[in-house]
Amino acid sequence: MPYPIYTKEVTIYLDHAATTPMMPEAIAALTEQISNFGNASSLHATGRAARKKVEEARESIARSVGCAPSEVIFTGSGTESNNLAIKGFYWSAIAHNPNRNVVIVSAFEHHATLEPVEWLEEHEGAIVRRIPISPAGIVDLKALTAIIESERDRISVICVMHSNNEIGTIQPIKEIVALAGSIPVHCDAVQSFGKVAFDFEELGLHSATISAHKIGGPFGIAALILKNGIDITPVLHGGGQERDIRSGTLNTPAIVAFGVASRLSIEERDRNYEVVSGLRRLLATVVNEAVSDAQINGNSAHMLPGILSVTFPGTEGDSLLVMLDNVGISTSTGSACSAGVQRTSHVLLALGLSETVARGTLRFSLGRTTTESEVIRVGEVIAGIVMKARAALTITGKGVGEEA
Amino acid sequence: MRVIAAMSGGVDSAVAAARMVDAGHEVIGVHLALSSNPQKYRSGARGCCTIEDSHDARRAADVIGIPFYIWDMAEEFHDSVVENFIEEYSQGRTPNPCLRCNEKIKFAAVLDRAKALGYDAVATGHYAQLRKNENGQTMHRAVDPLKDQSYVLAVLNRNQIAGALFPLGDTKKEDIRKEAQKRGLFVANKPDSHDICFIPSGNNAGWLRDRLGNQSGPIVNELGEQIGEHQGAFTYTIGQRRGLHLSVPTETGSPRYVLQVEAKTNTVVVGSRESLAVTTIVGEKPIWCGEAPQKEIQHRGFAQVRAHGAALACTFTATDTSITAQLDEPLMGLATGQGLAIYDGDRVVGSATVSETY
Repeated sequence: MPYPIYTKEVTIYLDHAATTPMMPEAIAALTEQISNFGNASSLHATGRAARKKVEEARESIARSVGCAPSEVIFTGSGTESNNLAIKGFYWSAIAHNPNRNVVIVSAFEHHATLEPVEWLEEHEGAIVRRIPISPAGIVDLKALTAIIESERDRISVICVMHSNNEIGTIQPIKEIVALAGSIPVHCDAVQSFGKVAFDFEELGLHSATISAHKIGGPFGIAALILKNGIDITPVLHGGGQERDIRSGTLNTPAIVAFGVASRLSIEERDRNYEVVSGLRRLLATVVNEAVSDAQINGNSAHMLPGILSVTFPGTEGDSLLVMLDNVGISTSTGSACSAGVQRTSHVLLALGLSETVARGTLRFSLGRTTTESEVIRVGEVIAGIVMKARAALTITGKGVGEEA
Repeated sequence: MRVIAAMSGGVDSAVAAARMVDAGHEVIGVHLALSSNPQKYRSGARGCCTIEDSHDARRAADVIGIPFYIWDMAEEFHDSVVENFIEEYSQGRTPNPCLRCNEKIKFAAVLDRAKALGYDAVATGHYAQLRKNENGQTMHRAVDPLKDQSYVLAVLNRNQIAGALFPLGDTKKEDIRKEAQKRGLFVANKPDSHDICFIPSGNNAGWLRDRLGNQSGPIVNELGEQIGEHQGAFTYTIGQRRGLHLSVPTETGSPRYVLQVEAKTNTVVVGSRESLAVTTIVGEKPIWCGEAPQKEIQHRGFAQVRAHGAALACTFTATDTSITAQLDEPLMGLATGQGLAIYDGDRVVGSATVSETY
């Protein structure tokens, strides 16, 4: 069954890291469960029927993540999971010992991690230590070691993402957990889960974030995987539905679909990895053939299969985006602020790129629906588009034919 | 044609974009982000980047059915418009930032980028008319005299005008509102914007003082006698009556007006209303919107010195570096730094920045 998401304008969708089409099986599960009403917290038969579906999904997700079912806490988004982990660990730590107010965070985390950390810094007295990133896109373990040694008893939580959402490099989480010892490590695994090997227990994490819509599930449902026996301070207070740590009526249809998408993404993971990383290599090749000075950002033995960050020197990413969009190719330049203004990517700056160079960067992200002909099409149009974008940058601001 | 519709989030630019689509052009909507701190610019101010404005522009583009993007022009805007505004005030002049924005941003940075990306023209919701003739295009006043914006466009040279489209010039504002309603553009009832978009408080003097510092100096009368003190000459504008806080009244009790702002000595000169009278206006850096008038000879025409000011009958002379307008009737109070636009009937001949009056 073909994926039904493409519209007339969106012919070649290369922004799977933003969101990826829902799996037909997840759509079927979602629509079926929408008809089966019931609050999973109710004690009667209708409630129990919904609860059964929720628990089946929880078990399916737990198997996919490598954790116990009771370690899956459903939330409304990846952002909520990260907020809950970061604020939860921080508040719990300082409640026991006010001196444990140091938060360690990698410099190229997603905004859903950086913003809550910076909020704690501004409003709750947190001292934030940022782990630098190597030019290849890996957290600097030596620097982390030094920070841990100097602050050991004062650290409330260490936050490092499993793989970076803009450049696709996978981080040495196991080593980080080993360095951390008893210090909690929270890992944003939103981009990795379902794409590459990710095993919560094997990594020895305290907590991790996963999200449904990145793996073919619906929007509005995610989970915080939180090690059993750890109690963190809630952000939302209410009925305590999820282990007394997260309150709010459970979104049963979305949870059911999340369960299906988790199971299938793991079943198909190795095959998708081969196919998608092959297409990524092809894309890198055709782009480099078309634009010889294009630079690929992020270089590691372990990469996500689908993300390719490319800098086209002498361009602005949003010029490239407009022109690619105009020929039906959807890509991304990075994150935008609430008014929609493109901000220079803090990820690329953390790699040591200059602001000017970082601005000329596009992220292509491929997924299980990407085809070879789509990738080849990018190779056909990119040279002309880069040429125009270069002209736009050269002229901009100098005025049209200033008359004497 | 391939057209970029500059969409501010207001009703005018939304209807302009829709009209471009109706005319059969391939249109994309672009909202200009002019502040690196979008939250801080005044909501509803003209052409600026507040979250509400970019949201309204996006929703209008959705309704019209065109692609929509936000272009970050904050750096260009700061360098060309905001810095210029501060610099002009510090020199005792009173700039018009909307003119600078049209000259340097909308019909320069945006138009240039549009052309490089393969677009032919930039359409805006300004009220002005363009007419084609054998020598290219000429720019004229809009049919709605209350909304006519040809004055703020008089800073555009021929090449810029060749890349501009003003689809609203032939319609009255009230009809544009009705048209927006009919088209389902929810911005139909948004109030018109005023004030300076990058001064969120609306307190221009305070904003300037924050950037230029308090610089107290004398307020003197026409004889040079000090009659008061000010906190920065740059916060005064010629013709201004309020905010002088003078304790010494005039003999007749008549009000006093700012006659001169002398930046070098940080002195504000005040005097009677009669002393504000101006009959000769000299402008520098002339820009011609179409064919330049013959130099060094007298022409009859009209001068306009404010966005919604009157057309003042005059005789003008142009040189390569200036325009001098002799007014038939005196004008009361004109600050240097303002734009002097010259019209031939309803046609915009060109403009210059007022450098001297007497």
